[in-house]
Amino acid sequence: MTSIDYSEKIPNNVNLAGDRTLQRALEQWQPNFISWWKDMGPEGSQAFDVYLRTAVSVDPGGWAHFDYVKMPEYRWGIFMSPAQQDRQIQFGEHKGQPAWQEVPGEHRANLRRIIVTQGDTEPASVEQQRHLGLTAPSSYDLRNLFQVNVEEGRHLWAMVYLLQRYFGRDGREEAEALLGRRSGDQDNPRILGAFNERTPDWLAFFMFTYFTDRDGKFQLSALAESGFDPLARTTKFMLTEEAHHMFVGESGVSRVIQRTCAVMNQLKTDDPQKLRAAGVIDLETVQRYLNFHYSVTLDLFGADQSSNAAMFYSAGLKGRFEENKRSDDHQLKDASYKILGVDGGALVEREVPMLNALNEVLRDDFIKDSIGGVSRWNKVIEKAGIPFRLAVPHKAFNRQIGTFAGLKVSPDGRVVGQEEWQRNQSVWLPTAEDRAFVASLMGRVVEPGKFANWIAPPPMGINKQPIEFEYVRFN
Amino acid sequence: MSADAPRVDYRTEPSQYKHWKLSFDGPVATLGMDVVEDGGLREGYKLKLNSYDLGVDIELHDALQRIRFEHPEVRTVVVTSLKDRVFCSGANIFMLGTSSHPWKVNFCKFTNETRNGIEDSSRHSGLKFLAAVNGACAGGGYELALACDEIYLIDDRSSAVSLPEVPLLGVLPGTGGLTRVTDKRKVRHDRADIFCTTVEGIRGERAKQWKLVDEIAKPAQFKEVVKARATELAKQSDRPAEGKGVALPRLTRTESAEGIGYRYVQVAIDRARRTATFVVKAPEAAPATEIAAIEAEGAAWWPLAVARELDDAILTLRTNDLDLGTWVLKTEGNAAHVLAADAALVQHKDHWFVRETLGMLRRTLARLDVASRTLFALVEPGSCFAGTLAELAFAADRTYMSAGGGEDEPRITLSEANFGALPMVNGQSRLGRRFCEDEAQLKAAREAIGKALSPAEADALGLVTATPDELDWADEIRIALEERAAMSPDALTGMEANLRFAGVETMETRIFGRLSAWQNWIFIRPNAVGEKGALKVYGKGGKAQFDTTRV
Repeated sequence: MTSIDYSEKIPNNVNLAGDRTLQRALEQWQPNFISWWKDMGPEGSQAFDVYLRTAVSVDPGGWAHFDYVKMPEYRWGIFMSPAQQDRQIQFGEHKGQPAWQEVPGEHRANLRRIIVTQGDTEPASVEQQRHLGLTAPSSYDLRNLFQVNVEEGRHLWAMVYLLQRYFGRDGREEAEALLGRRSGDQDNPRILGAFNERTPDWLAFFMFTYFTDRDGKFQLSALAESGFDPLARTTKFMLTEEAHHMFVGESGVSRVIQRTCAVMNQLKTDDPQKLRAAGVIDLETVQRYLNFHYSVTLDLFGADQSSNAAMFYSAGLKGRFEENKRSDDHQLKDASYKILGVDGGALVEREVPMLNALNEVLRDDFIKDSIGGVSRWNKVIEKAGIPFRLAVPHKAFNRQIGTFAGLKVSPDGRVVGQEEWQRNQSVWLPTAEDRAFVASLMGRVVEPGKFANWIAPPPMGINKQPIEFEYVRFN
Repeated sequence: MSADAPRVDYRTEPSQYKHWKLSFDGPVATLGMDVVEDGGLREGYKLKLNSYDLGVDIELHDALQRIRFEHPEVRTVVVTSLKDRVFCSGANIFMLGTSSHPWKVNFCKFTNETRNGIEDSSRHSGLKFLAAVNGACAGGGYELALACDEIYLIDDRSSAVSLPEVPLLGVLPGTGGLTRVTDKRKVRHDRADIFCTTVEGIRGERAKQWKLVDEIAKPAQFKEVVKARATELAKQSDRPAEGKGVALPRLTRTESAEGIGYRYVQVAIDRARRTATFVVKAPEAAPATEIAAIEAEGAAWWPLAVARELDDAILTLRTNDLDLGTWVLKTEGNAAHVLAADAALVQHKDHWFVRETLGMLRRTLARLDVASRTLFALVEPGSCFAGTLAELAFAADRTYMSAGGGEDEPRITLSEANFGALPMVNGQSRLGRRFCEDEAQLKAAREAIGKALSPAEADALGLVTATPDELDWADEIRIALEERAAMSPDALTGMEANLRFAGVETMETRIFGRLSAWQNWIFIRPNAVGEKGALKVYGKGGKAQFDTTRV
């Protein structure tokens, strides 16, 4: 085994140089990661010099270091937010006790499961997005895609660190398995359904980074409250990177809309066929994509009543979004929460124990947060003077997990019959034709400063660089 | 479970199933589990993730019966899930958490019997079972798989087999899990220790290495591999491809406060004395004894009809009438007809339908052996304790035979059926058990086959407990029943279970004895069912609080 200069090769603040167990684990894992990246990372991009942000420390000046780098040589680091002196567990039955610095044996299985499930989403999204580089609408967007990809890679590292450092042989095996599963592979799928869906085009990518990475934000926020301190600190730092991913999504969709609106005004039409003929994506199609990604993402929060959610909270493993800003007793034993149920074919509110409804609580927080961006998109449309408005569908729409699974609900929240569903499916969800049309727009534009016809340029570049900056050098 | 909940009815048929889909493809039947969340037998829980309650298992039991009798062409049964990524997550925890102790015990007993029945059919009738574990398989789900001859696990890097009862629920994998892992699968005990304390279970290659499963296969190949193996297993079976199935029509019965009545079985209920009296009748006329005639009678053939009725009566009373602590077993009719049926059972024992009928009788009588009720047999004038029906007397804790009636004195007649055709789950015949396998006594009994034995002769052979004469009879019986009814029901259950299974142990007796006894003890301990017990707090987010004293 060659010796590695750990602080240089793997930037970290977890004393990697002094931890032989961890070194041994990483020495085995790291080559497998690189070979996974070469197999499953962005296609055909290994030799590119990409203007990327690398986290080299957790200081304000260190977490966003920009330079050209070849992605296989990216320095995936291991970082935790700085330790908080005498941190206590903030919720659940252990509230007020010192946060755990090692895994309590009692909670080993659940913590491992939480970390593996979170960790599995990170390489999954890289796999889902690996072909997108071939159809990038600009050098700027291509760079953003790669930034997202390497950071998902780093998030994988973060979870692997936890597994290898804290979970012994089991953890090492799980870390290997994270590189073994493949998104969408029937024999070997990723754990969660949404991460086995394809991300076939850039509109899907933007929707994914807006909605699905936002699920990531909420899951990470809940884990950042964990009584298991290393998990809390690790996820807290991951959140700083996740923000950029959502920015890519929100600004991406916004620029698609902006471009469409411009052409609508130019041609003075709202006819989707005419707009499509002009090479932009009609707002109806944008709405259908939104409906799909939103509903698939809602499923990621899990069943609306969940014994696991209750157990994770009470045990102090996973908190709520912004646990500290809430003024209740942080134990929730007698608290209740209103969730939607189905009764005789109608949606009705039901009051259930809050502990069991914590997935729903997090989902509702996500919904509130999601709506913000959608209204910013609407501002773009409004500013263009077009009467169309985008909206998120009802939360019971197109759900596969929880009470609504199998139920047919329209985007406006009516339980509908099979017939009405069939009739409107092509109005509510992207059709094969929609996808084929969007795919047809996906040509590669990478000349600095140039943008594909279906998307507007961004208002500014990355790291204060100009828009026409050469973000990717194709050697 | 509330006391005024409707009585549980074990009768069902495929068109009424909520939770299973039974499909047939030549020699392979597929039992697909697709549990309806809102289809629980009782209120208060949802059957999520293919978890089961008694209702689900009643359908499974019925489906097995349909395969045995209505589909003789079936040689392999594939047990699988119709849900995505979950095979079966075991008995529903919320059901267990809200159930009374007797309900839990009875539920586990029935599920045990159903799983034993799967193995019984594999051993005796050539029906092979293949568990196609196509998703997460936990607790009772794995126990169901364990009951199959072979287990194939999908290798999708996430589906695992597990027995998480101890770490998650503070109870045991009590439906045979612990026992089958060691006795049947031959998993090393230290690995079994790890397996049974690891919530997430074991998947893929290691599951195979540890002998928890027989084979693993990738999702893309899984169906093909299962199908190929099912076809392979079918070759080991001698079930007839051309056999014509025997339909099992719904049992008709009358029910009233006084009892339950079927064609051949009457159960009279005496609430005040907490006694149920079973009267099992011989056929009114000579039963069919040639194959063609037997097949023509089908489910109406007396040995099958009486077995089905007795089975239903036992299950009904065991579940619904917990206070009836003593079952009095009587028979009525012409012993010659019973013996004729026995002769046919022996003569045609290799014919699939006769073999299945014998199996049904065997499993039904075995239910008596594990019934937590005092069993007293009364051999009275007009009775027909002969051959198969004499097994009722031999299953009983005590057998009283009335003497001194001259011409009317009752008789007991032994047949070949009493010497191994209807073994208990410990593999012994009831006479073997009775005589502690003493060869001299068994030989003497065997020499008496076909002889209508008087009370004195039966007593001399050791076939009965006592032979009170007509003057003593009424009082002797009354006192015996009253005395019994005054004793602790718990102590009686424990004592009877011990005395009924003497000497020989098998995997089944270890399940019914050792495993169930420990489980039933744990089921009433505060560590499981106290306010903060593991079973009570599961799923509500609370942490179990244990009394850390080791008992």
